[in-house]
Amino acid sequence: MAELMYWQGILRAHDEEMARDPLVFAMGEDIGVAGGTYKATSGLFAKYGEQRVVDTPISENSYTGIGVGAAMVGARPIVEIMSVNFAWLAMDQLMNNAAKIHYMSGGRIRCPFVMRVPGGTAHQLGAQHSARMEKVFMGISGLRVVTPATPRDAYGLLKSAVRSDDPVVIIEHESMYNLKGEVPDEEFFTPLEGVEIMRPGKDVSIFAYNISVHWALDAAKKLASEYGIDAEVIDLRALKPLDRAGIAASVRKTHHAIIVEEDEAPVGVGSEVMAIINEECFFDLDAAPVRVHALDIPIPYNHRLEKAAIPNAGDVIAAVRKMFGR
Amino acid sequence: MDATDQKRLLREMLFARRFEERCAEAYHERQIGGFLHLYPGEEACAIGVLEKAQTGSDYVVTGYRDHIHALKSGMDPKALMAELFGKEAGCSKGRGGSMHLFDPDVHFMGGYALVGGPFPLAAGFAKAIQLRGGQEISICFLGDGANNQGTFHETMNMASLWNLPVLFICENNLYGIGTAIERSTVEINQYKRVAPYGIEAAQCDGQDIDIVMTHAEKAVNYVREQRKPYFLELMTYRLRGHSMSDSGAYRSKEEVEEWAQRDPIGIYKRRLVEAGVVTEDEFHAMDKAVQDEIENEVVRYASECPEPRVEDVARYVYTEGGNNHG
Repeated sequence: MAELMYWQGILRAHDEEMARDPLVFAMGEDIGVAGGTYKATSGLFAKYGEQRVVDTPISENSYTGIGVGAAMVGARPIVEIMSVNFAWLAMDQLMNNAAKIHYMSGGRIRCPFVMRVPGGTAHQLGAQHSARMEKVFMGISGLRVVTPATPRDAYGLLKSAVRSDDPVVIIEHESMYNLKGEVPDEEFFTPLEGVEIMRPGKDVSIFAYNISVHWALDAAKKLASEYGIDAEVIDLRALKPLDRAGIAASVRKTHHAIIVEEDEAPVGVGSEVMAIINEECFFDLDAAPVRVHALDIPIPYNHRLEKAAIPNAGDVIAAVRKMFGR
Repeated sequence: MDATDQKRLLREMLFARRFEERCAEAYHERQIGGFLHLYPGEEACAIGVLEKAQTGSDYVVTGYRDHIHALKSGMDPKALMAELFGKEAGCSKGRGGSMHLFDPDVHFMGGYALVGGPFPLAAGFAKAIQLRGGQEISICFLGDGANNQGTFHETMNMASLWNLPVLFICENNLYGIGTAIERSTVEINQYKRVAPYGIEAAQCDGQDIDIVMTHAEKAVNYVREQRKPYFLELMTYRLRGHSMSDSGAYRSKEEVEEWAQRDPIGIYKRRLVEAGVVTEDEFHAMDKAVQDEIENEVVRYASECPEPRVEDVARYVYTEGGNNHG
C-alpha cells in the first residue's frame, strides 16, 4: 500500500477515470498548462490534451453550465472551482440545472456532473477566500455532497462521483492537499452514502467531516490518555444525503454526541445532525448534544482573530470534558 | 421546396397557433396551472429554423416559451399537452410543466425558467459532441432579454474560443418581459453584440418563414461544416402578453396591431394562395382538421390520462443506483 498525499489521490482518480473513459474530461481555472492550483490535475494536460483538460476563462457560472450541459448528453465532466468561495457565482447552474434536471424531466435526463471545490479556511486568506459552503450545498435537493478527510477518500470519492449518474459536489480542503495517508494500490471506490467509524469508542460520539475529523481524532487520543474518556470518532463523509441510521447507531451505543464543524453553527451540519439525533434517538441520550463550530462572523485576516474564529482539537476536548464534568 | 412541403409548413404553423390558443382556454378552465408563456406571432422562428436542422439528431434547447420548439423537434403533441395538464404521460411525467418540457429521445433538451441559463447548457452539448466526434450541432433559442445576462457573454467567449458547434438563435421580440429593448439595452441590434467574440452573425425578418429558412439554412450549414458558433437574430413579436398574467400596459394597441398585420401565418398563407399552392377553401379545411385533431386527439388524451401517483412524489430526485460505483 502506497502512502500518497491528498492531492495525489485526487490526481490518481482523475488519471484512472480519464484513461478508462474518453468522455471523462476536466475543466477549471489553471488546471491544465498551469497544472492546477493544488496540483490535483498536474500532468494531465500533457497526457490527455486541451480538449479533455480544459483551461477555462474566469467565468464560473458558465463553465459550470457547460459541464452540466455536457453531462446531460452523456459526457462525464469533472469541474474544478479554484476556491469554494467562487462557487457562489456558479450556484445558478448548479442549483437550477444540475440538481433539478433529473427530477424535473421525470427521470428522463441524467446529469453525471462532478464539481470539486477546495474549501475551508487556510491561513489568513481573508473573508472572501475562507468560506465553508457545505451548509449551502447540503440544502439543495438533487445534489450529492461528499467531503474527503483522507487521501484514501480523496481518491475513492472522486472515483465514485465520476461513475455516479447523479450530480456530486466534492468539498476538499485547502489545508489538506499535502496531508499524507495510505491509499490501497488496487482500484477502489468510497461509497457516496454512509458514515465511517474512524475510531471506535464507547463513551461519546464525535461527529466530524473533512478537516474536523482530524481535530476529533487528536481530541480522542488526549481524551483517552488524560481523561479516561473513550470517544468514537465518526466521519460523516457524505453530507447529502446524511446517513441517519449511521448517526443514530453510534449515539445508541455511546449515549453522548458532539458535532464538530469548521462552518458557522446556524443552519449547518451540526444543526442537521442534532435534528437527526432528536428525531431518531432522543431517548438514548444521557446528555444534551453539543456543537463545536466556527463563530458566526466573516473570517478575519489577522492571524489571532482568524484562529479565534475557527474551532480546534482543544475546543473539542473542552466540550467533551464539560459534558462529562471531568 | 415543393408544394407538399409548403402546405406541411403552413399546417405546422397553424397547428402551433391553434394548439396554444387551446392551451390558453385550458388555462382559463384551470386544467393548466402555473405560468404559461405562449408563442403566437413567433411561430416562423422555431419552425423555420428547425425545418433546416436535423431534428432528432441536433440538440435543441430554449427558455420557458418552449412549446413550439418542442413540437418542431419531434415531441408528440399528446405528451406535451399531457405535461401541461400535469399528467404522468406528460413528456416530463408531470414533474416539469410548461416551462420544463423535455424529450431526450428526439434531443429536445428543455425548457428552462432562468433567463440566460440555457446558453452554457447549449455550449455543453456542443462540447460533448466535440469530444465524441460527429456531425450533430447544438441549437440554442433564447430571447433578446437573455443577452443582458452574464451567461450570454461568458458563453459566447468560450463557444468561440473552443470552436464549439453551437447555433445561437436570438428571437428578438423587442421586450424583456414588460420592458422595451431600448429601455434596457444600449445596442439594440443583438447580432452586433457577438462581434467582439469573433462570432459570425446575421439579422433577418422573423415573421416571414421563407426568409427565416434562407438564413437558417446558411447558419446551420456554417456551424455543421465549420464546427464553430454562429449567431442569428430573428426580428419578431409576440402577439399575446409575456405570460397569461400580462396586463399589456407597456405597449400600444397600435403597435400590436401593426405587428398583427405581419402575422407569420398570414404572410405565408397569402403567399401560398397567390402562388396557387392552396386555396382559401383548402386553408379553412386545414384549419378545421387541425382544430379537430387538437380537440379529439390531443386534449382528449391529456384530459383522460392519469395523474402521477402521490406515493411517487420523491421519485427521480436521484437516479436509481446513483450511489453505485465500480
